[in-house]
Parts: sequence; structure tokens; C-alpha cells
Amino acid sequence: MIAKLLINHYEAVAVILSGIGLANLLLQRNLIKVYLFLAAKGWVSERAAPILLKDGSEWVMDVDKYVNPIPAGLVLTGIVVSVSVTAFALALTLRFYEKYGSLNIDSALSQMTKEQEILEAEAALKVDIGDNIS
Amino acid sequence: MTVKTLAYNIPFISIFLMMIAAIITPVLPKRHRIPEKLSCICLFIVAVLSGYLIYALDTANGDIAFNFPVGHYPAPWGNELRAGLLEAVLAFCYSIAMLLSLTGNFQSTAEDIPERRRSFYCVLMNLLAASLLALTYANDIFTSYVFIEINTIAACSIVAVKNSASTIRAALRYLIMSLVGSGLVLISICLLYDLTGHLLMQPMHTKIIELVKNGKYIFPLTVSLALITAGLAIKSALYPFSFWLPDAHGSSTNASSAVLSGLVLKGHIFLIIKLFLRVFGLDVIEALRMDKVIFILGVTAMIMGSVHALKQLNIKRMIAWSSVAQVGYIFLGLGLNSVEGISAACLHIIVHACVKPMLFTSAGGLSAAADHLKSLHDLLGTFYINKWAGLGFVAGACSMMGIPGFAGFASKISLTMASFDSPLIIWSLAALALSSVLNALYYVPAMIAILTGTDEKIHGVHEKIIIPLSFKISIGMFIALNFYLGLRFVPLLRLIMRGVNIFG
Repeated sequence: MIAKLLINHYEAVAVILSGIGLANLLLQRNLIKVYLFLAAKGWVSERAAPILLKDGSEWVMDVDKYVNPIPAGLVLTGIVVSVSVTAFALALTLRFYEKYGSLNIDSALSQMTKEQEILEAEAALKVDIGDNIS
Repeated sequence: MTVKTLAYNIPFISIFLMMIAAIITPVLPKRHRIPEKLSCICLFIVAVLSGYLIYALDTANGDIAFNFPVGHYPAPWGNELRAGLLEAVLAFCYSIAMLLSLTGNFQSTAEDIPERRRSFYCVLMNLLAASLLALTYANDIFTSYVFIEINTIAACSIVAVKNSASTIRAALRYLIMSLVGSGLVLISICLLYDLTGHLLMQPMHTKIIELVKNGKYIFPLTVSLALITAGLAIKSALYPFSFWLPDAHGSSTNASSAVLSGLVLKGHIFLIIKLFLRVFGLDVIEALRMDKVIFILGVTAMIMGSVHALKQLNIKRMIAWSSVAQVGYIFLGLGLNSVEGISAACLHIIVHACVKPMLFTSAGGLSAAADHLKSLHDLLGTFYINKWAGLGFVAGACSMMGIPGFAGFASKISLTMASFDSPLIIWSLAALALSSVLNALYYVPAMIAILTGTDEKIHGVHEKIIIPLSFKISIGMFIALNFYLGLRFVPLLRLIMRGVNIFG
């Protein structure tokens, strides 16, 4: 087990990093900290490119003497994507803060449930009044 | 066998046209709603081109599909598009449904979004269209990933564009869930590249078949398949992962709801179909038992989506939960793991892409007739105030319940027929029956609500609202499409089946 981990240390590091990132994304209640995940995502995508070059012929069938340039493109794209997504998410968070005055998504959610309950109560009241009139 | 030059270039032209439209939209003058008109014109052109592509492929000798190398790199490297009958039919359907959603909600978009931001809204819509077309045509997993991300950003933005507290919150939830999905997809792409050494789909398939035959790396292969399916399932709102959907689809502006529910979910589902058929192949999917998982999740979604919809009082949230149930139907077809099942699933993609935007557009019209209130209690008798919206809603609801003659019937009967060849027949038929009953349980009361009016509403003693011509045309077209799909679905299903057969 340990030996396998040592051989595949790229994979192991990548998995740990992405695990931390994913846990952060799902467990963090404070929105700002959520975007740490994206940094981890960049690491994972970086994994795809160099490993094959170093591991040589075992997994790659059609590599002559050239290396597939596309995965490098994938890494770059992944990084660009995570930057732009982060920017977009931060912009949304800013709006969120303007609307709710807090960065905590849970309190906002509970606020939403309360709003909904009030709306439903109002709707039920309307039906009652309607019944009485008719 | 080759197709004519124009047809050969259509996949690329369609995507490119929408991207160019997105790029030039911000510099266009904002008055007279020019940006929106440009989007509509471009979508119309894409629809016409896709129609021509269907014609060219349909009349070619034998069933063919062709590859279009984007960067002109030779086959094992580079990025590719691939077009066959199935892709062409879907592209046609997407562009028509999006065009009608935009024109039908012309007025409500103007009410919800201030003029200076409307051109950016058009940029997002154009990008969304481009990404949907690209997800349909892409033949390598890299292009797919890039357009998944473009799709995510555009989809979250068209939710947030309304700029009310609830939409911002919904957009954030949607974004976070979508990012989890993208993360899983990306990890899986890395694993698959590790295992196969390819990003193009056909070489990946060859390598995967070889690996499975030799019994090598079965576990990593299963993990990567599970990860990528889960990632895309989150994005396509398969039931346990669908809790972000009602907020996002229920609170955004009508045009966004229509496009998100009808089309954006389908882009990701079609990618799953592509992975199953083209990258892994049905035999490998069966060997790795992913078809059973998908089937169970599909059945759960069909039932639970409807159960949640039953609890809703807000009409848009109800329709949004109904989308979750409808996504379940598609996954049920996919879980049958046969050409017939997948063809029926594709037919349901098309049916739902035509019906759900109609329901959202009509619901928007009905709620506009009730001072923009969305609770079913407030919508009593609105049918008589906006008859076009009322007719659209009734037609859509009948279709969702699967009344013969309406579009929903076509896909339900095809799914039923496909189940007969499957060992899961009993489960599949039971789920279809139960889900149809559940659909009726919430659509019938909604129809009764809009049709039950006080005398003054029925006899027209109320404020007249002006129904814009674009709304009438769009609803009229939607209803016509609905009947066309319901009554003449056999040729379409045959076309799809031919497409699925050469899809791999």
C-alpha cells in the first residue's frame, strides 16, 4: 500500500490536494474560503500532463517521438477557467454581501426559509378569506 | 462517402457564429433592442443550417457521420468535432427552442432586466448557445471540458442577472454545485487520460476496450466513469444532486428559466450519452454496472421530483421540480442500456426541450396577468385574462402527463417500448406508470386553478392586458411543435435511431 503510494506520489499528492479543496468547497460556510478549492483544482489538472511524459511507453500507444501537446493546453485552460470562475464567484459574493449583509450562506438560507413560510402563511390566509366570502 | 462542403462546415460555423455574436454584442447600440434581435437572427441561422445538415445527412448514401478537425492536426492529436444525424437533430431542436424562449419572453426580459444590462444578457445567451452546440458536436474530451465551463459561467450568470436577493443566492448555490461537478469531471478526465493516453473519443474507446479485454486497470476505470458520471449528473440535476435547481430555475427571469430547464441540463446529459456510447461503449458500461446505477437514480428522480413538485405552491418552482422528474425519464432510458432505450432518451431530450420552455413562458404570462404573483392561489382564473399563456400551459401540462397526441406521449410510449427488451421491464413500467400519475396529481390542480375564475374574470370585466405579438407567435409555435412531436414522432424516432447506431 505505502509502496504503491510512493510510486504514485504525483497521484497521491494530487488526490490529497483535491480532497482538501473539495471538502473546503462543501463544508465551508463562509463563502470567501470556498474558492480555495479552485487552487487545488489547478493542481489536479497539472497532473495529467507531466506524468505521461515521464512514465514513458507503458500507457501511451501512439506516441512516436512526440508528446501530445493537447494536455498542456488542457492545463492552461484549466488555470484560466479557475481564475475566471474565481473572479465571477467573488463578484457574486460581493452582490450577496450587498443584499444580505453577511457572508454566511447558512444564515441566508434560513432567512429564505422564513420568507417562504411567511409567503405560504399569507397564501393560506387568502384561501381562508376567499372561502369565507364565497 | 463524403457530404457536401457546406454541410461539412456547418458544425463549426454554428458554434463560431454564436461566439462571434457574443463578442460583437457589447459594442452594438443598445436602443431598439438590437442585441436581442441579433441573438434571435443568429439562432435562426443556426436552426436553418442545422436543418440543412439533417437534410444532407438524411439523403446521403448510407448512414454517415463525419469528423471535422478544428486545428487540422491529424487524428490521434488535436481537437475534433463530429456530426451525424443525432447531433444535427439536437442542434436544430436546441436552436429552435432557444429562439422561441427568447422571443416569447421578450417583454418579461425587458421588465426584469434594465436596458443597459440587457446587451450583456444577450452575450450570455449567445455564449450559452455556443456552448450547447459545442457540447453536442465535440468529439474530444478537452473541448467538452472547456465548453462545460463556459456553460457553467453563462448559466449561473443568467440566473444572477435579475439582481434580486433570491436570484443572487440561487446563483451562488448553483455555482458552487456546478463547480463540484466540474471538479469531478476534471479529475476524471485526468484519470482517463492517464489510463488511455488520449483525449479524442474514438482512440480512447479503442484503448478502453483493450484494457477491459485484458482485465487491466478495471478499478481506476470504474472510478473515473463513476466520477465523470457523478460530475455531469450534478450539473444535469439528477435527483439526489438536484436541490440547487428549483431555486435557480424558479427565481430567475422567465427566459432564463426556460433556457436553463429546457436546454442547459440537456447539454450535460447529452455528454453523458456521448461518454457511454462513444468513449466507453455499451458493453463496457454494462460490465462496469454503471447502467444499473443510472437506472436506479433515474427511477428515484422520476418519483422524488414529482413528490417535491406536489408540495410546491409557487408555479415556477413546481415546474422546476417537474424538470427533475423529467430528467429522471431521460436517465431511465439511458439506464436501459440499449439502442432503443438511448433513442427514447434522446427523443425525451427533444420533447422536454420543446415543452418545458413553453411551460415556463406560459407560467410567466399567467403570473404577469396576476400582478407578477406566482402562487397558485393568486393565479385563479388567469386563463381568461391571458388566453395564449393559458393555452400554452394547458398544452404543456397535458404533454407532461403524457396524454396521447401531445409531445410527452411520444417519449413515454418510446420509453415503454424500449423497456420491453430489457430485463428491468417491470421496474421500468412501474416507474413510468407511477410517475405519470404523480405528474397528473400536480399538473391537474394547477390547470384547475388557472381555469377556475370568478364571473368577472370569465366574462372579461377585468383590466385588459396587452399580449405582445412575439408572445403569441412563440406560444403558437410551441403548441404546434408539441402536436407535431406528439402525432408524427415515428419518423423522428427512426431518424434518431439511425443517428444512435452510427454514434459510436
